[in-house]
Amino acid sequence: MAGRTLYDKLFDAHVVHTESDGTALIYIDRHLVHEVTSPQAFEGLKLAGRKPWRQQSMVAMPDHNTPTTPGFTTILDPISRTQVETLDANAKELGLTYYRIGDIRRGIVHVVGPEQGATLPGMTVVCGDSHTSTHGAFAALAFGIGTSEVEHVMATQCLPQKKSKSMLVRCDGRLPTGVTAKDLVLAIIGVIGTAGGTGYALEFGGEAVRSLSMEGRMSMCNMAIEAGARAGMVAYDAVTENYVKGRPFSPNTPELWEAATKHWRTLASDADAVFDRTVVIDASTLIPQVTWGTSPEMVVSIAGRVPDPDKEKDATKREGIERALVYMGLTPNTLISDIKIDKVFIGSCTNSRIEDLRAAAAVVKGRRRADNVKLAMVVPGSGLVKAHAEREGLDKIFIAAGFEWREPGCSMCLAMNDDRLEPGERCASTSNRNFEGRQGAGGRTHLVSPAMAAAAGIAGHFVDVSRI
Amino acid sequence: MEKFVTHTGLVVPLDRANVDTDAIIPKQFLKSIKRTGYGPNCFDEWRYLDVGQPGMDNSQRPLNRNFVLNEQRFQGATILLARQNFGCGSSREHAPWALQQNGFRVVIAPSFGDIFYNNSLNNGLLVIRLQDVEVDRLFADCAAFPGFQLTVYLEAQLVRAVDGSFAFAFDIASSRKERLVNGWDDISLTLGRSDAIRAFETKHLAAQPWLA
Repeated sequence: MAGRTLYDKLFDAHVVHTESDGTALIYIDRHLVHEVTSPQAFEGLKLAGRKPWRQQSMVAMPDHNTPTTPGFTTILDPISRTQVETLDANAKELGLTYYRIGDIRRGIVHVVGPEQGATLPGMTVVCGDSHTSTHGAFAALAFGIGTSEVEHVMATQCLPQKKSKSMLVRCDGRLPTGVTAKDLVLAIIGVIGTAGGTGYALEFGGEAVRSLSMEGRMSMCNMAIEAGARAGMVAYDAVTENYVKGRPFSPNTPELWEAATKHWRTLASDADAVFDRTVVIDASTLIPQVTWGTSPEMVVSIAGRVPDPDKEKDATKREGIERALVYMGLTPNTLISDIKIDKVFIGSCTNSRIEDLRAAAAVVKGRRRADNVKLAMVVPGSGLVKAHAEREGLDKIFIAAGFEWREPGCSMCLAMNDDRLEPGERCASTSNRNFEGRQGAGGRTHLVSPAMAAAAGIAGHFVDVSRI
Repeated sequence: MEKFVTHTGLVVPLDRANVDTDAIIPKQFLKSIKRTGYGPNCFDEWRYLDVGQPGMDNSQRPLNRNFVLNEQRFQGATILLARQNFGCGSSREHAPWALQQNGFRVVIAPSFGDIFYNNSLNNGLLVIRLQDVEVDRLFADCAAFPGFQLTVYLEAQLVRAVDGSFAFAFDIASSRKERLVNGWDDISLTLGRSDAIRAFETKHLAAQPWLA
């Protein structure tokens, strides 16, 4: 019998029941909740007269709508405020673990879950948010769900699921200096395409992934969904173990820790495991990546040029390129390094952790934001990340360079709060989606790593940070 | 959930690949705590010439006459024809809500974002995957025949031209189909297995007590 993939192990360990057509009912260990996709689920639960099956599994916090203005005390937009207050009320009524505005532990749900140890290896983790794939970095099965499913998990602790196919993305070699997990995952999406992972669970492996910190692994798994895969994951190892140890929700007695780690060490694909598809990437020759279009697969290296649609033979793809170039206000064959930017956004569930902020600060230290850059903002992923960065003096480095230092939240990744691009503005962004209008109607997003975003903020245009 | 058995309707073609859920319903409309009211803002940035905000009177906003959904001949369409990877991106269930509340009962495409696919079926919006060549044929027929209509038979898993000139078969998980055809409530069905869930949970949390 062939060995099992990590995905097989995680999925099979949670099957409560299997239907005749193969649809399984799987048990959910951790349910993360935020204010945008939960109100209708809480309401549905109440209207049906149901109670949460296991409310201890739920950890909730507002993140999408929250202001990032330093020292804010209230949400000015009444609709946003109502949504946050609705979560406040639901969390209180049901007695959930809740990090309200003002709690230093509050932040982006995908930063806070791991930080609190609420995400643990071997778990099934869901949240009404597609970037729940982030938590797969811990050898967990983590995926985003819709609001009906949020209610389903609240009511039953389970979800009916079809098992996905499996894909191994093997990243050979080590990343060169200045090239990050973000560049690696963008390059992968460029290879397999934004729909290449649809119907698959991705496992990221190989020397380059093993060499990454947990922060880097989270950045990669975060963007599995941008390749179409609901779940991305990385095998458990000493890096995982060191990160998890000592966190508030982690096993907290020597006996529990020993039992847990013994189990967790089995959380890797067997050597003879068979994947439905394997993609091999040479990480050792990679250079920093920049997206040029309106889908994450529209990506080239910093040494590249804006593509020429006339060279694309497939009609649907050609039209897609043409439409993207019009939206992005770009001319074919322009050097990526000649593209000037208006704003910089460093943050989001992809790149707002301490390592990301350190990488950006290292680039801007002693330098100054370019005159053509109207706004450069740094939004830490959580109150604890913010405090950690301030202990290291990173806030002062950013402020001295003319970058704004903000309160934690999703912010300009999706612009549900006041942080947004104006029509036509061009942004170097460490977020995960360059869709039309994502960062504000008419806004133009280029996805890059934190160091690349910082460097663009200093130069006023994209530059190869691995060369400065 | 609303039952889905069979449906006949006018088809509107949206000829772009990778239509994401941000495009289907932009973020500013996600601030609502309700399940309804999203229809007029479906495809907001493509549909109107101004920037939409919650609370606007949408009937007074300038329409983008070049957007296919605004064309006179497609008014009243209930079947949306799309290209590959429709509904990719964000998990927002507001996307199927907006499509339904805009009058759609069916979306046909070569492929869908995985989360969107589930969200749609969970709301009784039937998402149908057809082969690329079949979708090409439907796009061609939409262009060639004004008022082009299809009938969808869920039980038989068939999409048929109303004149009977052709029919395409589609796949759907049988448990999904059963739920849709009967309009069953997913949560009630799962709660019907409460004993099995409880038994699993007891064993699972005993083996991994740090999860409790």
